[in-house]
Amino acid sequence: MPTFVYMTRCDGCGHCVDICPSDIMHIDEVSRRAYNIEPNMCWECYSCVKACPMNAIDVRGYADFAPLGHSVRVRRDEEKGVIAWRIIFRNGKKDFELLAPITTKPWGTAIPNLKQAGAPSNDMKNSQLLYNEPKYIRLDDGDLHTLESNGLKFKEGVYY
Amino acid sequence: MAYDTIIEDNIDVLVVGAGLGGTGAAFEARYWGPDKKIVIAEKANIDRSGAVAQGLYAINCYMGTRFGENNPEDHVRYARIDLMGMVREDLLFDMARHVDSAVHQFEEWGLPIMRNEKTGTYQREGRWQIMIHGESYKPIVAEAAKKSADKVYNRICVTHLLMDESKENRVAGAVGFNVRTGNYHVFKSKTVIVGAGGASNIYKPRSVGEGAGRVWYAPWSSGSAYGLLIQAGAKMTQMENRIVLARFKDGYGPVGAYFLHLKTYTQNGYGEEYESKWFPELQKMVGKEYLDPEASHRTHRPIPTCLRNHAFIQEVNAGRGPIHMVTMEAFQDPHLEEIGWHNFLGMTVGQAVLWAATDVDPKYENPELTTSEPYVMGSHATGCGAWCSGPEDLSPKEYFWGYNRMTTVEGLFGAGDAVGGTPHAFSSGSFTEGRLAAKAACKYIDDGKAEGIRVSSEQIERRREEIYRPLETYRVYRNAITAGTVNPHYINPRQGLDRLQKLMDEYCGGVTVSYMTNEKLLNIGLKKLAILNEDWENGIAAENIHELLRAWELKHRILTSEAVFQHTLFREETRWPGYYYRGDKLKLDDENWHVLTVSRRDPKTGEYTMEKAPLYHLVDEKEEAEAS
Repeated sequence: MPTFVYMTRCDGCGHCVDICPSDIMHIDEVSRRAYNIEPNMCWECYSCVKACPMNAIDVRGYADFAPLGHSVRVRRDEEKGVIAWRIIFRNGKKDFELLAPITTKPWGTAIPNLKQAGAPSNDMKNSQLLYNEPKYIRLDDGDLHTLESNGLKFKEGVYY
Repeated sequence: MAYDTIIEDNIDVLVVGAGLGGTGAAFEARYWGPDKKIVIAEKANIDRSGAVAQGLYAINCYMGTRFGENNPEDHVRYARIDLMGMVREDLLFDMARHVDSAVHQFEEWGLPIMRNEKTGTYQREGRWQIMIHGESYKPIVAEAAKKSADKVYNRICVTHLLMDESKENRVAGAVGFNVRTGNYHVFKSKTVIVGAGGASNIYKPRSVGEGAGRVWYAPWSSGSAYGLLIQAGAKMTQMENRIVLARFKDGYGPVGAYFLHLKTYTQNGYGEEYESKWFPELQKMVGKEYLDPEASHRTHRPIPTCLRNHAFIQEVNAGRGPIHMVTMEAFQDPHLEEIGWHNFLGMTVGQAVLWAATDVDPKYENPELTTSEPYVMGSHATGCGAWCSGPEDLSPKEYFWGYNRMTTVEGLFGAGDAVGGTPHAFSSGSFTEGRLAAKAACKYIDDGKAEGIRVSSEQIERRREEIYRPLETYRVYRNAITAGTVNPHYINPRQGLDRLQKLMDEYCGGVTVSYMTNEKLLNIGLKKLAILNEDWENGIAAENIHELLRAWELKHRILTSEAVFQHTLFREETRWPGYYYRGDKLKLDDENWHVLTVSRRDPKTGEYTMEKAPLYHLVDEKEEAEAS
């Protein structure tokens, strides 16, 4: 099955159940630990793997085309703002790590509260502009593009 | 049944489905409606839901107007030729003129966007694509949506929209159930923005087991964008325009960065370039206006994706497969090799898993490509979705009825996959559409269009009963048999999905028939689909709440599929060879079919009506003056 859960590591906390976009990580009633109830609806998206505080979840490639003996592991760290991967081939000849940033700002601090952005004026409401436009589109004083500003018009019929 | 009914009342803007479109809507709605009640209903967990749950390694729609790179009309022309002319250019222009402001906000929120060190601009992958470290793309935009929304309901499977009973054809909210508690949720709202997803898994996949999960589009994309809108009687457009993807075999890893940035290319099993030799014949099918390799070479006008697929499919069928991606040259550069792997880890980890499992090192071996099963969606290189109004300052009269991105049902808006005729929106464009819909929805309310909405308790009770019926069916008939899943009274959701996939594949141009269909096949398929729908109505059984979720996803997939059949039957030509073929009408026919197809399913009778809508194209005023 695409994701699976190691018996000795899972403590049944349910983080994976909470995050799985496909609703397929459930808690087994007998073992009180998580498992993948529907492997053919698993996208191998790794959301549960990344969310597991016990590193208890791993992925074994789809049985209908992926042979056994490989490994793609991940650690995601919001505080440090990075994600680290390790890929090991089935034949062991390739074993490498890759690191990537996941954010450039301290997590969750850089998003404005639009309630405090000030109510838009009527002019703004009746224009075609969205929040923070046009300055977020262009650096100069230009306005939003229109048919007129760009010398265009709509014609019905066959044009290519 | 002991499930509670939980009513959320007096909502102004209800966002159904919070992927990139829905998060954009929720975020922006707060600005235009500081005091409005904004509520999100999401099937999964907003932090990892929708098509971007896994992350992305590129933003595929960014103009770079700030850096003088492109204007909106450049993008419109690109999407137009890629879709063989069949796009809503007003909606596309509108999306393109706003999309940069979404991307600049993402960067401010912490999304790592790569920079070109020489020019200071964003690192381009191609003309429209920029490269990002987007593992946390979705959690970041989810933060923005959560900050704006009054309430976020995770794990609500929305099954139906509520309709106003005082005024015909006006929306009044939505209903669904919680996939954890089972409780019934009623959302009474003045406006609804549908940001739900397109449809994976309606065609039989190439995979035969677990790999059915490794679909190109997320398996949780259940066509709810279409199911919800079709049920409400909204008009749909371009539903025949399903998409087939040429991707790395089995893992469906993306090829965009490989082609554009790593400069890898394809060849057949014998190491030969194969594409160009299919073009002369193909040109006879579609006309020189759509396929002119010389002009493309001169002007950088792209060769439409579907036509490149066509060459791929023909070459394989001629016995010269497999098609390989030539990676062995680019991957000798360690920097490019690293990008190649990062590209998968950022958005399709499964492809990295597959290469590790099969010892495919693209530095020493050229990996295989394949063409996927078809998908029905509206934000990648295809434009299925609802027939929506465009913005006031752009849209011709046939495309405009008051509020931007409003469907033909009053108060009901769309974003992302839900909006038809707007391909190449991708993540950033979908988010932008959500923002546009949110502004329009707030204006709709401020204009007093949502006054006097009435929803009877009868409507709420009727839906409640309908929603839980599959559980009841299971309870009543389960003990007619000893054990197992074979029961003469019902089918389970998986069995229903298998039947749907098989009939879509065989009658509506799936992969096992090389994407071929015709009028005869379509009519047989429609009959079979109607019977599947009957079986669903009378005998779909859910053993538990999770299966109830799958049952309703299947319902939305069936509704989507019916629209695909109807539209494919209506358009009597082969507009997109490589996506699908009407064997009885193998030529592109601009004389009769240079139009958009528009359908409506009557919610009371289930009858379809089809019509043609005119195509308007952007033309240069100057050129136009010179021509005349």
